[in-house]
Amino acid sequence: MKLHEYQSKRLFAAHGVPIPDGDVAATPAEARRIAEKLGGRVVVKSQVLVGGRGKAGGIKLAQTPDEAQKLAEEILGLEIKGLPVRKVLLDEAADIQQEIYLGIVIDRAARRPVMMASSEGGVEIEEVARTNPDAIKRIAIDPFLGLRGYQTIELFKGIGLADEHRRAFDRIARGLYETFVACDASLAEINPLIVTTEGDLLAVDGKMVLDDNGLFRHPDLAAKRDLDEETETEREAREAGLSYVQLDGEIGCMVNGAGLAMATMDITKHFGGAPANFLDIGGGAKSERVATALRLILADPNVKAVLFNVFGGITRCDEVAKGILTAFEEVKPDVPLIARLVGTNEEEGRAVLAESGYELITATTLADAAQKAVAAARGELEV
Amino acid sequence: MAILVDKNTRLLVQGITGREGEFHSQQMIEYGTRVVAGVTPGKGGQWACDGKVPVFDTVAEAAAATDANASITYVPARFAADAILEAASAGIRLIVCIAEGIPTLDMIRVRAYLDQQGARLIGPNCPGLLTPGEAKVGIMPGHIAAPGNVGLVSRSGTLTYEVVYALTARNIGQTTCVGIGGDPIIGTTFVDVLEMFENDPLTEQIVLIGEIGGSDEERAARFVAERMTKPVTAFIAGRTAPPGKRMGHAGAIIQGGSGTAAEKIAAFEAVGVRVAEHPEQIADLVAQN
Repeated sequence: MKLHEYQSKRLFAAHGVPIPDGDVAATPAEARRIAEKLGGRVVVKSQVLVGGRGKAGGIKLAQTPDEAQKLAEEILGLEIKGLPVRKVLLDEAADIQQEIYLGIVIDRAARRPVMMASSEGGVEIEEVARTNPDAIKRIAIDPFLGLRGYQTIELFKGIGLADEHRRAFDRIARGLYETFVACDASLAEINPLIVTTEGDLLAVDGKMVLDDNGLFRHPDLAAKRDLDEETETEREAREAGLSYVQLDGEIGCMVNGAGLAMATMDITKHFGGAPANFLDIGGGAKSERVATALRLILADPNVKAVLFNVFGGITRCDEVAKGILTAFEEVKPDVPLIARLVGTNEEEGRAVLAESGYELITATTLADAAQKAVAAARGELEV
Repeated sequence: MAILVDKNTRLLVQGITGREGEFHSQQMIEYGTRVVAGVTPGKGGQWACDGKVPVFDTVAEAAAATDANASITYVPARFAADAILEAASAGIRLIVCIAEGIPTLDMIRVRAYLDQQGARLIGPNCPGLLTPGEAKVGIMPGHIAAPGNVGLVSRSGTLTYEVVYALTARNIGQTTCVGIGGDPIIGTTFVDVLEMFENDPLTEQIVLIGEIGGSDEERAARFVAERMTKPVTAFIAGRTAPPGKRMGHAGAIIQGGSGTAAEKIAAFEAVGVRVAEHPEQIADLVAQN
């Protein structure tokens, strides 16, 4: 789950990281009041969960409260990479002497959180990794020891910050790590962390991604989930305990198991189609769950055919088949359906479907099922 | 011979009195696995699985009384990290964890502790282990597998079953099927299992089923090039997965443009590992070896 800039920065600040004075507004009038309160120049920043806000015109400098109101109105009307801007952050503008990057990610191979610092702040770290990898200094953090002072010095020296900033940098690095751990984050970054002309360090932009598996112990953070992070269908699926990702193809996929679901998407593409979604109905394939899944798939107007690919392991194919039929009673499908049931009790499962009276296209191999789904979606296959 | 588990494995089940734990313990016993003890705090002194398995309050008590040498935990995700740590601190050296949804930072600490203890973890978020004809430790359907000479290692569950099923249908048996799990931080990686298969006299060739996210497949490809003599056939799921979206498994995500199926396929092909286009092709490629 992603957090907005203002949410991330407030969490950092709660752990001792200095951030600019500022507040969020949902209307131009509110923006004006905040700018008046802050006094002086303010930066008006769109709060959307995508990168590249500046290039899209979503970050502007205002000299006066009047201008802040005008810019807020402009920015609140924007759509950035398909996401509507619902809130703007107004931050006191700072004079920048130097920009650096400071972030923490999980290094899967090292099995450690890794803190990265770079002298090239204000640029995406992936971009720096491509163009100037030597500019990035990394240290792995031992989960039992935490971030140690000697490590922050190593980073600090590595990016060539002037010695007068050593203590401030150390405090910020530790604050960032504390936030990361306290929130069960998978990413926390300050980009840029600036040195102001007055010589202070200030986190002017922030970003956090939280580990969804850790959210159960952070109900306060879970409540911050932005509705625009996922489509309405994705949200409904998540709430129903289904794993669903919307794609832009025409073949709806309903599969048990994440790996098999991906393989099913891939094979539709292999045979010239395109998957409309990733969907894992999980183990058991209970009829209510199958029904919800089917309803979500059919709600996508692009879907021209639905491919069921179910491997019966502990769950028997005949149980799954009954689940599918019960789902049909609730959701009347209006596109061709291709069913492939393999594994435990596959014969019985196919018999259940065949005797049901529903017009299902059946297949035994995955390749056959995928080819039939592609043909059916094109209207080239009669039931 | 096989790897990790066999007929001598003395298995302890953590969470044996829960719904999942009891069901799968029955299945494991029916398969022939030696389930010697169960653990559920507060239920010590009872018997589970129709009176066949003694239940203890702690892993330490269970291990002391029964000489269990492996543990499987069926406890829910939010208690699973604790269960793994308990098993490791009680001296169990092979621990299998099925649970999906353990927080990543917990797993980082768990793995670091296990490494210090010298304990091996399989999973989490995995279907477990199956040595056909000898032992089933986890939730894999036993009847789809058959003894033979193909070692199988996978990040997935049902996709693995699908491949095992196809192999068995063609009379190609397996030495051991290992589900290493779909999480970003896991106890045992592809490289660990490849090394075990390379050293296992019965295993003649290996099937590796990977997916998007992370770089375990790339490391596996390097290991194959540098250290392996046995042929490996691979499959990578997620060619059509969009970047930045988690595809079910917590570990299946393309981040910052890396961890794509294309990179992994290229890494394998560069070292002469054949990569199947779709799951059913795996058995074809194995049959050719």
